[in-house]
Amino acid sequence: MHRARLGILGGTLALLATAAGAPVASAQSGWSLLNLPVGVTDVSRKIYGLHMMAFWICVGIAVVVFGVMIWSLIFHRRSRGAVADVTLIHNTKVEVIWTAVPVLILISMAVPAANLLVKINDNSHAQLDIKVTGFQWGWQYTYMKSGVSFVSKLAYDTDAARQLGSGINPDTVKNYLLDVDHPLVVPTGTKVRLLITSVDVIHSWWLPDFGVKRDALPGFINEVSFTVDPGKLGVYRGQCTELCGRDHAYMPVVVRTVSPADFAAWLKRQQALQKQGVDLSAQTIAAPAG
Amino acid sequence: MASNAHAPDSQHYYVPHGSPWPIVAAVALFVLMWGAVAYLDNWSGAWSLLPGPLLLFFMFGGWFHAVIGENQHGVYNTQVDRSFRMGMLWFIFSEVMFFGAFFGALFYSRVLVVPWLGGAGIRALTNMLLWPHFEATWPTNGPLHVGGETFEAMSAYGIAAINTLILLTSGLTVTIAHHALRSGHRTRLKIFLALTFLLGFAFVALQAHEYYDAYTKMNLRLTTGIYGSTFFMLTGFHGLHVTIGAIMLVVVWLRVLRGHFTPRQHFAFEAVSWYWHFVDVVWLGLFVFVYWL
Amino acid sequence: MAEPHAETSHADHDHKPHGWRRWVFATNHKDIGTMYLVASCVMFFIGGSAAMMIRAELFKPGMQLVDPGVFNSLTTLHGLIMIFGAIMPAWVGLANWMIPLQIGAPDMALPRLNNLSFWILPFAFSLLIATLFVPGSAPAGGWTMYPPLTLQFGDSFPMLIFAIHLMGISSILGAINVIVTIMNMRAPGMTLLRMPLFVWAWLITAFLLIAVMPVLAGAVTMMLTDHFFGTSFFNAAGGGDPVMFQHIFWFFGHPEVYIMILPAFGVISEIIPTFSRKPIFGYEAMVYAIASIAFLSFIVWAHHMFTVGLPVSAQLFFMFSTMLIAVPTGVKVFNWAATMWKGSLTFEPPMLFAIAFLFLFSIGGFSGLMLALVPADYQYHGTYFVVAHFHYVLVTGSAFAIFGGVYYWLPKWTGRMYNMALAKWHFWLSTIFVNVLFFPQHFLGLAGMPRRTPDYAVQFTDWNMVSSIGGFAFGVSQLLLPYIVWRCVRAGKPVEGNKAWDGAHGLEWELPSPPPFHSWTVPPSDALVARGASH
Ligand code: HEA
Ligand code: HEA
Ligand code: CUA
Ligand SMILES: [Cu+2]
Repeated sequence: MHRARLGILGGTLALLATAAGAPVASAQSGWSLLNLPVGVTDVSRKIYGLHMMAFWICVGIAVVVFGVMIWSLIFHRRSRGAVADVTLIHNTKVEVIWTAVPVLILISMAVPAANLLVKINDNSHAQLDIKVTGFQWGWQYTYMKSGVSFVSKLAYDTDAARQLGSGINPDTVKNYLLDVDHPLVVPTGTKVRLLITSVDVIHSWWLPDFGVKRDALPGFINEVSFTVDPGKLGVYRGQCTELCGRDHAYMPVVVRTVSPADFAAWLKRQQALQKQGVDLSAQTIAAPAG
Repeated sequence: MASNAHAPDSQHYYVPHGSPWPIVAAVALFVLMWGAVAYLDNWSGAWSLLPGPLLLFFMFGGWFHAVIGENQHGVYNTQVDRSFRMGMLWFIFSEVMFFGAFFGALFYSRVLVVPWLGGAGIRALTNMLLWPHFEATWPTNGPLHVGGETFEAMSAYGIAAINTLILLTSGLTVTIAHHALRSGHRTRLKIFLALTFLLGFAFVALQAHEYYDAYTKMNLRLTTGIYGSTFFMLTGFHGLHVTIGAIMLVVVWLRVLRGHFTPRQHFAFEAVSWYWHFVDVVWLGLFVFVYWL
Repeated sequence: MAEPHAETSHADHDHKPHGWRRWVFATNHKDIGTMYLVASCVMFFIGGSAAMMIRAELFKPGMQLVDPGVFNSLTTLHGLIMIFGAIMPAWVGLANWMIPLQIGAPDMALPRLNNLSFWILPFAFSLLIATLFVPGSAPAGGWTMYPPLTLQFGDSFPMLIFAIHLMGISSILGAINVIVTIMNMRAPGMTLLRMPLFVWAWLITAFLLIAVMPVLAGAVTMMLTDHFFGTSFFNAAGGGDPVMFQHIFWFFGHPEVYIMILPAFGVISEIIPTFSRKPIFGYEAMVYAIASIAFLSFIVWAHHMFTVGLPVSAQLFFMFSTMLIAVPTGVKVFNWAATMWKGSLTFEPPMLFAIAFLFLFSIGGFSGLMLALVPADYQYHGTYFVVAHFHYVLVTGSAFAIFGGVYYWLPKWTGRMYNMALAKWHFWLSTIFVNVLFFPQHFLGLAGMPRRTPDYAVQFTDWNMVSSIGGFAFGVSQLLLPYIVWRCVRAGKPVEGNKAWDGAHGLEWELPSPPPFHSWTVPPSDALVARGASH
């Protein structure tokens, strides 16, 4: 049991070490990767907060409950001459307490969770609609108003490295498994609504840093929205999280965030190209690693 | 509580000796499944569907023969009898849950999925972007009209109504037969038991006719979207159960002719009549939710 | 009536069958229980070997050993084999062995049905495992078998469906037998509230089984007809919905996970009092807790589907109902803690596993509670955090309880004592390495590693290596279990007296070890029953 104890202790300390701020998912050393990312949206931060609250409540309960049990394990063992108190078989008062207290604890978790849930599922007043279509194995992104549309697939160099017995060491590949040829581009500080669906099997579009995960169902549209904090420019990475067949591991979700101005310009360019009949999906394939 | 109920036996328990039939049953099921696999995967022709059922029939015949024999020799006591009864009731409960899954599918698709595809609730965009022009109606074969542009829905007032009467009557006749058995009126028992399974077979025959019409005249098939799927799976599985029940009734009837069963001891009869009532109740559900509403 | 059957039952004692007939035609609850336990052990090793391949492929990033499709098949078969082949048959085996002994019955109520429920299993699993050797891929859609993905598999598809059907039939028949035995075969004086908690747990488990197994059968049947006969249950174009399968599946699936843990609660409730030398604390509360867990398990299923886009109201309902389960489960944990409190504890192998269960199952329960918080589950779902959760409840929960139960009752079954020292080695190695194996998976999941993937981003390498090493060590340690049991059966030193453990209570300890072929040929006296009742 001391081991089990160590188990949770280790976990506690580990999470303690990172409770302040989780490292970004692109860190190359893994030992410090122990917790959810705080992320770059209001929702992802609130989820992180809920997660940590629930975690600490569980740690607290564990300390108390495990503490009591460990006390018995140490002091109520026969080798220490403990004699069993066989009258101790029922006590209505404590039984009521340890039924009621958990209920209260649960309520204290359920209320904030419920509020956050309602907030997250409010997709009204979106400023930008993007249709996300999963397929075996990649994503198609379509900007609803402008009609700009392209396919986003696993980047070339990762794809070469990931083949069975490719002889290429994944460590030498930049963002192995988490890179695509055409990332989704979204403006910061804008409420973006994704209209997620699929053409074959069920996929799931997940971007941890945005706190967004929604299944892509063939024949149905799922709505989900996010607003990236102004100024949080960068590339954010996630993966498909619903088993979708052989290459389920190889359809990453990559999003580049740009300022609203840059976004407008970018969208115009793409629109123009598309008008000229250029296939955006074929454009600028990420070059092999080098 | 269980104790005084079987006071006379509580001096000594009865334990049946070993039997070859269970392993035969396991093999039969295996052969049945393999046959189905071989057929569905086109490893073999439809013949591979045959050995399984044959073995099953052989097994049931043998197993029941053995049990009936032991029972006739009075080796079972009331405790064993109660075990059989309880076993049958719980088996019927499992059957209820099996039908529950298909009723659940019917309700879920009819109350939620079809309206969603029509744009209801949280699914407005599903309709706009994926299934424009689809309006939620029931019956339906979906936005892409799987199984044909048009089809005719099954009406509650034709064969279905007659079949309802038939099954309800058969429920009555089997009850009369039961009372006859209890009060030792063997002739009445024979007549009403026979009536019961005749009504059962009549039901199956009419349903076959209903299916024939559906396929030939109404363009309504198993493949007719969600309506065809739920309609044929629910009524089909029910029809299968009616057939099985009717066959069991025949077996019981033959045993009656042989003079089996006493006014006090007639587990097989009761089990079959319970089964029959269960089939009856399921049908009422079907009539209301599949045909009528 | 009394005359002839008295004769036959006498006659039966003498005709103890021998050779292969004893097993193939078996109607004896002990023989059938033994067969169940052996089969379960075999399946545990097969499913475990698949897990070892999984851990080996995941030892480092990039593909080293298997094709991604094969990896997904390994995951799928590992899950199905462990759940339906290892854990559930182990519980049925223990039920077969112990329930008649514990309620003062001669055998199960329907011994021939009992034989059938067992013998279906080998066929079911040969059908399932044969999927690896037919043209096209073995099923690789996960043990949850979601359509449309699972509809994509070729020749193996109907084999999967029919294997599930067979397992279902076996479980239903087995459960009917257990319920009828408990309701109808109890000795006079063995009132419901005198029943051992293992019997109570199994009574309710059996009810769950009969209620949900047919639903699973229905779900896979619809999938079969969608695949071969053109129905549209899970196809939006025809007015169906792939998510409908998930609803039906989890209506089975969630009770299923409690089917795997309730008997564990029962076993733990037998072991802890024995080695605390104290009656169980709050017996009735324990019974009501099991009942309420079972009830709640029917109304929480969609907590596996929080990301499929359910209406918010539904998500709220399933979040609340799921969280509620923590209350009755808590009652059980607290009662176990209170049973040890002021006890006179000793730490024989069964007790060690029971104590590990208390800590590690609770950890699994805590992560379960975190998963129940929908917004957080948006991040956890489909990651290794879930994998960590369910292995804590399943491996250190169900499997550890099975180990504990075997070490607890083995002397009763064989009349011999096993090698305690070796069993303690089995315990310490298992408990240490199971944490090395599964605790880091919490980190991996939170840091963003999806489950059901044969490959991962390089930053996940370190913890995956730790997990794999823990996995191999844990796996190898499991080889001790069959060895210890084998040695015990062969050469264990006889236990004198009926009780193998001085603190033990219950009717099973009133019989000699090993018990006679027909456990109780005459019902035990009321006095005996009362003495056995642990409270
Ligand atoms: C033995 C099996 C078992 C058991 C017992 C449980 C128990 C629980 N499980 Fe678990 N679960 C699984 C097996 C099990 N689970 C499996 C196999 C999956 C994955 C399926 C798949 O996708 O493949 C899964 C997945 C799963 C999910 C879905 C995750 C996802 O896919 O997104 C969720 C979400 O709510 C969940 C919740 C819970 C909860 C709340 C409990 C509760 O019952 C836990 C209750 C226990 C405690 C809370 C600890 C003890 C209590 C106390 C010490 C009292 C005080 C505590 C408090 C007041 C908090 N489980
Ligand atoms: C029901 C009980 C159960 C049990 C006991 C286990 C036991 C183990 N499980 Fe499993 N697991 C599941 C149920 C269970 N699992 C389920 C339901 C899933 C989900 C499947 C899905 O996603 O569809 C899953 C998924 C799952 C995954 C995720 C796979 C993926 O997402 O792709 C992993 C990965 O590490 C894993 C690992 C293990 C390991 C290492 C063990 C170990 O405890 C196994 C230890 C036992 C042995 C190793 C066998 C005995 C020893 C030998 C055979 C000797 C040879 C040993 C060596 C060569 C070292 N399991
Ligand atoms: Cu797409 Cu997994
Ligand atoms: Cu669940």
